[in-house]
Amino acid sequence: MNPANYLVLSGLLFTIGAVGVLVRRNAIVVFMCVELMLNAVNLTLVTFSRIQGNLEGQVIAFFVMVVAAAEVVIGLAIILTIFRTRKSASVDDVNLLKY
Amino acid sequence: MDPSYLVAAAAPITSTSGGEALTFWIIAPIAILGALGMVLAKNAVHGALLLVANLFCVAVCYLLQDAPFLGFVQIVVYTGAIMVLFLFVLMLIGVDSTESLVETLRGQRLAAAVLGLGFAGLLVFPLGKVIKDQPAAGVADVNKAGGGNIHAIARLLFTDYVFAFEAVSALLVVAAVGAMILSHRERTGPRPSQKEALRRRFESGAVVTPMPGPGVYASADSADQRPVLPGDVSGLVGAAQLPGGEGDETGGGNGSGNGDGPTRPDTDTGPGVADGSAPVGAGKGSGL
Repeated sequence: MNPANYLVLSGLLFTIGAVGVLVRRNAIVVFMCVELMLNAVNLTLVTFSRIQGNLEGQVIAFFVMVVAAAEVVIGLAIILTIFRTRKSASVDDVNLLKY
Repeated sequence: MDPSYLVAAAAPITSTSGGEALTFWIIAPIAILGALGMVLAKNAVHGALLLVANLFCVAVCYLLQDAPFLGFVQIVVYTGAIMVLFLFVLMLIGVDSTESLVETLRGQRLAAAVLGLGFAGLLVFPLGKVIKDQPAAGVADVNKAGGGNIHAIARLLFTDYVFAFEAVSALLVVAAVGAMILSHRERTGPRPSQKEALRRRFESGAVVTPMPGPGVYASADSADQRPVLPGDVSGLVGAAQLPGGEGDETGGGNGSGNGDGPTRPDTDTGPGVADGSAPVGAGKGSGL
């Protein structure tokens, strides 16, 4: 089996995540779609690490995971704060800065 | 360029065994279905669980590609910690906060689907064509040379990438403190005393206790309700709906005494339970 299959898989996962970000309104679901996209990129990094035959891709994927964890913590705290003041988790309701 | 890399690239290693292909073709559809299900699921909790399945499949892909450290970190950190965090916030916000299915932008979903298909086509077909015959060097040798995957990654992490490692650890600490500050609610007024909180709770007039079970002729036996006295038929909910004659029997039963209430064979639950609940309500009501 060709390792490029993993790249195709991760491309499909990234696309699904991007479409989810475009389509869904619930902020938490949008956030989960962002996580899906990050994971697809991680899979690409690991696959290229294997194709190239060195471990740097895996190290960078590890860093991406750590940054994703920090991002999840902050993002969920922001969603929670917005929900407290506006009683809604929909991204359409956060429009005070809209022109 | 490093000549060893050229040698590795010139000799394509066909380490992709049949077992790996079989596992991949089982895992990949599950991953795709999990991702699609997460996007399409109406209930956000179902979406979170489908995302767990998807992340698990990606972890298996890591394991298949000689990256056991990342695979297990993915399972522990992603499908364990991060998704539990997601579920916590989902439960805090309320599972039933469903989004409206009305499109605020006309044709947004159709446009998103078309764009997604186009993007997937762009991403998959040319890329797949270019990298189709790319030989895979494989990291099995590198893992073995470094004394195992974890040792090799640790050597890279603490030598070449030590500055990034420190920066990322500082980022994690900042993120934890930031989340605490963001979710901290500053109290603007004095803390309400227990008495004030209790008064506010009962002044709203809502039912503050669980409603009595079915078959009980009282709207509540709680402290905010008027006590039901013996003979006080008007205090019983549903007394007006009782069939003819039974309302009088209720009054008589209450008036005649409490002792025979529960043991009367022909009585229904109405008078007996009303007898039991009335003193409770009276006692709590007098305390307010």
